[in-house]
Amino acid sequence: MLEAGVVLKAQGICMTFPGVKALDNAGLTLKKGEIRALMGENGAGKSTMIKCLTGVNKFEAGEIYLEGFDGPIVNKDTMDAQQKGIATVYQEVNLCPNLSVAENLYIGREPLTKLGTVNRKAMNKKAAALMKELELDVDVTKNLEDYSLALQQMVAIARAVDMDSKVLILDEPTSSLDDREVEKLFSMMRKLKAKGVGIIFVTHFLEQVYAVCDGITVFRNGHLVGEYEVEELPRVKLVAAMMGKDFDDLASIKKEGSGDKRNEPLVIEAKGLSHAGTIKPFDLDIHKGEVIGLTGLLGSGRSELARAIYGADRAQTGTLKVNGKEVKIKNPIDAMNLGMGLLPDDRKAEGIIADLSVRENIILAVQAKLGILHRIPMAKQCEIADKFIELLQIKTASRETLVKQLSGGNQQKVILARWLATDPDFLILDEPTRGIDIGTKTEIQKLVLKLADEGKSLIFISSEIEEMLRTCNRMAVLRDGAKVGEIEEHDMNQMNVMKAIAGGDRNE
Amino acid sequence: MKKTKTRINGNNMLLLITIVLFVVMYIGGCIVYADKGFARLQTFFNILINNAGLICIASGMTCVMLTGGIDISVGSLVAMDCMILAAGIEQWGWSSPALMLFILLVGVVFGFVQGFCIAYLDIQPFIVTMAGMFFARGMTAVISTQQISIVSDKLFTTLAGFQLKMPFGGTLNRKGIMQFPYLRVTVIVALVVVVLVFLMLRYTRFGRSIYAIGGNQQSATLMGLDVKKTKLKVYMLASFLTSIGGICYCLNTMAGTTQQALGLEMNAISSAVIGGTLLTGGVGNVFGSLVGVLINGTISTLVQTNGKLISSWSNIITAILLCFFIVLQSIFARIKDSKK
Repeated sequence: MLEAGVVLKAQGICMTFPGVKALDNAGLTLKKGEIRALMGENGAGKSTMIKCLTGVNKFEAGEIYLEGFDGPIVNKDTMDAQQKGIATVYQEVNLCPNLSVAENLYIGREPLTKLGTVNRKAMNKKAAALMKELELDVDVTKNLEDYSLALQQMVAIARAVDMDSKVLILDEPTSSLDDREVEKLFSMMRKLKAKGVGIIFVTHFLEQVYAVCDGITVFRNGHLVGEYEVEELPRVKLVAAMMGKDFDDLASIKKEGSGDKRNEPLVIEAKGLSHAGTIKPFDLDIHKGEVIGLTGLLGSGRSELARAIYGADRAQTGTLKVNGKEVKIKNPIDAMNLGMGLLPDDRKAEGIIADLSVRENIILAVQAKLGILHRIPMAKQCEIADKFIELLQIKTASRETLVKQLSGGNQQKVILARWLATDPDFLILDEPTRGIDIGTKTEIQKLVLKLADEGKSLIFISSEIEEMLRTCNRMAVLRDGAKVGEIEEHDMNQMNVMKAIAGGDRNE
Repeated sequence: MKKTKTRINGNNMLLLITIVLFVVMYIGGCIVYADKGFARLQTFFNILINNAGLICIASGMTCVMLTGGIDISVGSLVAMDCMILAAGIEQWGWSSPALMLFILLVGVVFGFVQGFCIAYLDIQPFIVTMAGMFFARGMTAVISTQQISIVSDKLFTTLAGFQLKMPFGGTLNRKGIMQFPYLRVTVIVALVVVVLVFLMLRYTRFGRSIYAIGGNQQSATLMGLDVKKTKLKVYMLASFLTSIGGICYCLNTMAGTTQQALGLEMNAISSAVIGGTLLTGGVGNVFGSLVGVLINGTISTLVQTNGKLISSWSNIITAILLCFFIVLQSIFARIKDSKK
């Protein structure tokens, strides 16, 4: 039975995936009107735990208690969990792009007419009212696919919010939102908390934990490390609890020596490149061994600038010189042959091929570069795969494990390995650290610096300014689809970057 | 927030193009073959009459394709339906109402088995319905390898021969007698099916779940929809509508043979595709499929009216049209992507 004030309690949960013990005697306690952060590194079992709570995974042992139910509850599926009062918003937007916003909000529980048919008018009205309450400017009759990823995520949250649940689970809902939208989400969360809803909040952003949470539950390798009040667990201790070792200080990777590479030869010279509707004409020079950070708000054109250089969105104006020679890049294959690589930000849609093995995913770009007729011998493939699994410390049962069985951070490493395998001179990393834990983040940042040391040039795109300050030699600032300026290394600090992004004080 | 209700996006643009194409093709036919009587209302009605069965079948096919699935068993099922009707009337001595009910029941059971394998055993729809296709075609021959013509059931022959005269659009024939255009019962059945399926897709939870599954099956599951049950129901619906279509088809041919309705499933699929239904699911409309059937029907009527061309030309024209629409769909998908 549940203690007073507790709305959800899970204990002794065990769950095995092929080759991996995902959860081992893990648990969680959530009080009424509490926002509890669920923290842990990649593969700690957070997502698995959530799927157990929502009935997606059938766990092997353990019980889940929910307020209002006498015995342990068993959720047959997500619908069942919803009806009992556990609503979930997942990391990736799990809505139907081909349906209208209103339908996405109400499908499965639409208002009905007397005949038992869907009352579209009433549904649209309710949806519009809900959107207004949440201060979202959305035409609810339009298809969801007409809106940005961030807005889609907000709709997903709105859907969960409107279900009057006892427990709301937010699985990394902020990874595709910008600061303003995150703030909106937080105020929504606080409102719900005041109404007595218990919220489980999974995130990788420490600041967000301390900004909005009351309690923290830490998982590591499928075990429950502990449950804490937020006051008793300062940042350093939290990180230590998550990583299970003394915190490898993030500051320690800060590069020493001058980062001025402007005497090095130019690798990329872009002049007036643009792609209609995504990025206005921009100039960008990148030197050998240089790491250029692209910064700006979500949707400011960071990714689009990179895609225009890479040919993923074919540049419509301007010229591009690679190693001093003018080139025309029509598509990514051209770019690859010029020694470029792009790690896209949406790994689900553009990067990973979930049903292929780790080896096959790693080998993909090498194979594409060679052309389909040059088969790479199996032994060679294995050698390459093993090398990168080792180098990037990809946690996988074997090189033949399907990529979909890996955790998010490890999938990201696999894509990174894919590009590194082609031995590119110029690599674009678009949000390589999004949605992955601090440990892996640090590893990836170190890797970026190592690659630069080896004389490779990189574009590094990230929403986390701190991370860019640590890794970049120079930063380019984007706003509303245009490059608006550059920041040299000696001017690079959080304040300056924020100002540049916001674009407020031009007099200073 | 307050915008006009009808927006032209890529999807209803496709439907619009289909409709425009049909109208242009038809008017073109009227002008070119005016001397051969193409412009008479009866010509249009004949297209409906000849394709009434196909319209029912294509409606079911559209529902299946909206979930991202496919059902290639429908042609064989129609053949089996016709054979059951023919053998039932001529050899077993059943009454036709009982036979029709029996056929509808067979359709539901047939769909249940296929749907169960697809939804609950998670087998590819193509494989399952291919098995269904062989099974139904085989059963047709088991019932009888002969061609059986239906002549002895009074109700059935009356139903087949019944003409719904229109009170307008009459023309004088050579003897100077006023001839009014007519429809048959099957056309009314087919049009009712289309309207009901349209309403079902648009205004019921079941219908919206179909679109949701086609849009993103995983999301649909996570949003709490019963994906498996919906899929099972879709295949049952498709086979049920196919059986209705089979009865309509039989009312036209008045016979059962093993070689009947060969490749009819492909006509149904191509009609749906021409009508704007995406093979990947989630996008489409049953009215589009109706227009798709009409376009196919118009093509073969045009070829027949011409008189000099062999009938295979209608296949070639259909092929060209299919390519055209698939290319269009991909262009619209690209435009949509580039807008993001």
